[in-house]
Amino acid sequence: MFLQQLINGITLGSTYALIALGYTLIFGVLNIVNMAHGEIFMFGAFIGLILATKFNMSIFSALLGAMVAGAVLGYLMERLALRPLRRRKVSELAPLISTIGVSIFLESLALRLFGPQAQSFPSIYAAQLFEVGGLKISAVQIIILAISFGLMVALRFWLAKTRLGKSIRATAENIETANLLGVDTQKVIVLTVMLASALGGGAGVLVGLAFNAIEPTMGITMGFKGLAVLILGGLGNITGAMVGGLLLGIAEIFSVAYGVSSYRDAVAFGFIILLLFLRPQGIFGSKEQQGGR
Amino acid sequence: MLQLQQLAAGYGNIKALKNIDLTVPAGSIVSLIGANGAGKTTVMKVIMGLIKPEFGQIFFKGQNISGIASHKIVSLGLSLVPEGRSILSRMTVLENLEMGACQRQDNEVQADLQRIFQRFPILEERKAQLGGTLSGGQQQMLAIGRALMSRPELLLLDEPSMGLAPLVVADIFKVIQEINQEGTTVLLVEQNVRQALKIAKYAFVLETGRISLHGQAEDIAKDPRVMEAYLGGKK
Repeated sequence: MFLQQLINGITLGSTYALIALGYTLIFGVLNIVNMAHGEIFMFGAFIGLILATKFNMSIFSALLGAMVAGAVLGYLMERLALRPLRRRKVSELAPLISTIGVSIFLESLALRLFGPQAQSFPSIYAAQLFEVGGLKISAVQIIILAISFGLMVALRFWLAKTRLGKSIRATAENIETANLLGVDTQKVIVLTVMLASALGGGAGVLVGLAFNAIEPTMGITMGFKGLAVLILGGLGNITGAMVGGLLLGIAEIFSVAYGVSSYRDAVAFGFIILLLFLRPQGIFGSKEQQGGR
Repeated sequence: MLQLQQLAAGYGNIKALKNIDLTVPAGSIVSLIGANGAGKTTVMKVIMGLIKPEFGQIFFKGQNISGIASHKIVSLGLSLVPEGRSILSRMTVLENLEMGACQRQDNEVQADLQRIFQRFPILEERKAQLGGTLSGGQQQMLAIGRALMSRPELLLLDEPSMGLAPLVVADIFKVIQEINQEGTTVLLVEQNVRQALKIAKYAFVLETGRISLHGQAEDIAKDPRVMEAYLGGKK
């Protein structure tokens, strides 16, 4: 029972971690919270659903399509809602408000395009159950675990080892220094927002598979959870986002499993509040102010 | 090699630079000295494209570079060691050096890295350490090494001696001379006027956004006004 719930928790948590990574990447480079991330995530879920049902694509192609769609939305958001503000050196809050605008726009657009009712992925994946040493794992869970952990490992490796990844880290630490070293920071910012949004779009498909319900308003709750993980892990910290996401998922599943299912969010967020009392800077956060615009 | 013509720049309403004419001939060390707030760092930032000039032109090897984005200026062959060193403290020493070469596509990056390690052996010893854990002097060496990794033709140094012990300062100045002898032109901003004038060929004195005096470094060092203001009176 305990192990079974742990696996369920890790599965859910890995999708939270993916969402939180999107927040973390953008926060690291731009020092803003992207309030539209939840809606980009929701769009990814719908695009994946349409590709899987209307175009009969495999779940992996649908996932890829959703990530591409996320990246395109991220690109548009950066060019239309963030860059014009950056050029004018307005208040730090302006881009935040701007992303709230994007989130409202995307949610209304989704209502118009996809309708208000919840939709779901075809149930072929959920039906298959594998038994491993008394534990039941569904095909969906395996897909979710494999993809989200695969993406997280790939991202870590990419940030640590490649030239572009290092440029992102340098830009996140100090944008002026990165500039002086010859990094095209405008390009790095666009790329980071696209990458973060692609991860968000991909997470949308995975969560859609897990919960079997996709609706235009799903971005809000998921967005808040990702935001909570961002703070729990320590602002702008990649490892923190991964660990924080897993913790939140596990906490949520355990509160359901041990009898307080209608309070699942309350328990999970209560747990975050408790952790933040103990470590106000987040699990992996450092006390110094980080990042620069 | 570098020419500033009637350059003016500022921060909003504050005019930090009013009318700067400055020339850096190829192969030389040029020192730019002046009191706090005279605008020395602003000159460096304007050259590197971090601040857009309000008036005037900057020519590098005959090409007008005023208003060009910083990363393109780096690719033309300029590199700045900023004031306060600006080490990427959450990246390793090796990664800091690699970032200096982030635009280069040639395959001599490794050889250049070895050359930096030969010049600053301490950096090789600490290459896996995070940049933020180095001491001030080591950070300055890292900042200079990192700037050299882009193979600049003109190296700009903004107060490399700031906050360092006298022995370390002497080391840094020696390194600057060596770099110059190997063919890199140097523009040096310094508070340590005595040292800066000793190694430089030409010097410019900056006062409240204007060049008040310029010429051969040794003549500037003998100028009574400079001796009074920066070198602690007549000897």
